[in-house]
Amino acid sequence: MKDSRYFAERRRDIVLTLRRFFYEKGFLEVETPLIIQAPAPEMHIEPVRSEIGFLITSPELHMKMLIARGFGNIFQICRVFRKGEFGRVHLPGFTILEWYRTNADYTDLMKDCQELFSYIANCINCFKVSFRQSMLTPSEPWKIITVEEAFVKWAGWNPIKQWNRDRFYIDLVEKVEPHLGFPQPCILKNYPASESALARIKESNPEVCERFEVYWGGIELANGFSELTDPVEQRRRFEDVIRWRRLHGLPKLPMPEQFLEELERMPKTAGIALGVDRLVMIFSGADCIQDVVLFSEEFLPHGNT
Amino acid sequence: MGATLNAGDLRKGLKLEIDGEPYLIVDFEFTKPGKGQALYKCRLKNLITGVQFDKTYRSGDKFVEADTDEQEVEYLYKDGNNYYFMNMTTYEQVEMRADQLGDATNFLTENLKVNMLFFKDRPIGITLPNFVELKVIKAEPGVKGDTASGATKPVTLETGYKVQVPLFVEEGDVLKIDTRTGSYVERVSAK
Repeated sequence: MKDSRYFAERRRDIVLTLRRFFYEKGFLEVETPLIIQAPAPEMHIEPVRSEIGFLITSPELHMKMLIARGFGNIFQICRVFRKGEFGRVHLPGFTILEWYRTNADYTDLMKDCQELFSYIANCINCFKVSFRQSMLTPSEPWKIITVEEAFVKWAGWNPIKQWNRDRFYIDLVEKVEPHLGFPQPCILKNYPASESALARIKESNPEVCERFEVYWGGIELANGFSELTDPVEQRRRFEDVIRWRRLHGLPKLPMPEQFLEELERMPKTAGIALGVDRLVMIFSGADCIQDVVLFSEEFLPHGNT
Repeated sequence: MGATLNAGDLRKGLKLEIDGEPYLIVDFEFTKPGKGQALYKCRLKNLITGVQFDKTYRSGDKFVEADTDEQEVEYLYKDGNNYYFMNMTTYEQVEMRADQLGDATNFLTENLKVNMLFFKDRPIGITLPNFVELKVIKAEPGVKGDTASGATKPVTLETGYKVQVPLFVEEGDVLKIDTRTGSYVERVSAK
């Protein structure tokens, strides 16, 4: 019988393993503020406001400021908050793992991910897991597919040549994602250039950005990219998002001025965020994210979230 | 006019008005690609026709809550294709056609209390109790000696509904029927 105690133990084992993996690689574990004055403005991520600032939707900006201050490779495991997200793999508050690697690009992160999953499998002795009617395995090698290839194959159109944002996300969810990550995890890479506010554009192909996501069992687990380090371009992209939000009647967000100021000194870096609850969910064969979170009913969507 | 709702308000069990007709959300799933817009996948059931279909909505979409109301009514009588009920709150008489009631007509007996669903004050359907008791008005006598378990025969109930029952059931018996499946549950009393 898998009860909440079982999942709590599984979570402890996995989180311990995550820490060991990065300690062994010489990453410094950091803690950045959970309440901040200016989150990265996003079109589709709504921060929760508190009386003294915004709850973070990701520790991204402050971790990058540490990189700019010369911290080198760092990681963090913390809670983040996103308003209005509640479903079988969504909670308005969840645990995220982020790591940043200097002098690296997104291909280095892809290697990290594969190594990390193998490491977890070894540490918790789990090489096969039954998740929602599928038998999955974390073992390498993973399939790597571009957004272009995936959409041409399963959605029948090419979003890189013919951009349509509304259609892109509906088809991603309904036609593409259900194929990704069986039986081993899969990497979906090279998103349309417009679809990452903080990623570097690919030099050899400016229509796409150096961003990828890890999918396993049809579930999105991680999102990583080669970081944009140009503060002028970054400001322009934030302005675009802020304008878009105004046009769509969404709450106003401030420009992250301190981040932009420090970004100038950030070396070449690649960074990634991984959903820890979803990782625990799949590795322990739980059906939904609520199973692996204690007191998830606190998030039922009739409150202010 | 019902209340105006946002996509974020959608949930299982909510009733919406779409193109002038009432729909029930019978299944609901929230999905959202990390950087993409939230999608609200709904399975909708038309409360008048019963037809179901899937529809995915996006954040920013607006909805109108269906102006529905459920009230207890008592079945009175039938006249041709029309069935007459008494609203137990207002004591007004309400009529519904056989085609609106569908299979429910198989289980309506005088004085049966049911819940009636109104859309903009017009009756659109009823919810029966899960079990009703109906009298057998016509049954072939059971074949003597045939005691094989599982053997059944058809009988006709007081509403005209025909149902398969065990061989021991006779004319005049009262049977308990499951209105969700339409099947025989047990004999309540023998003639």
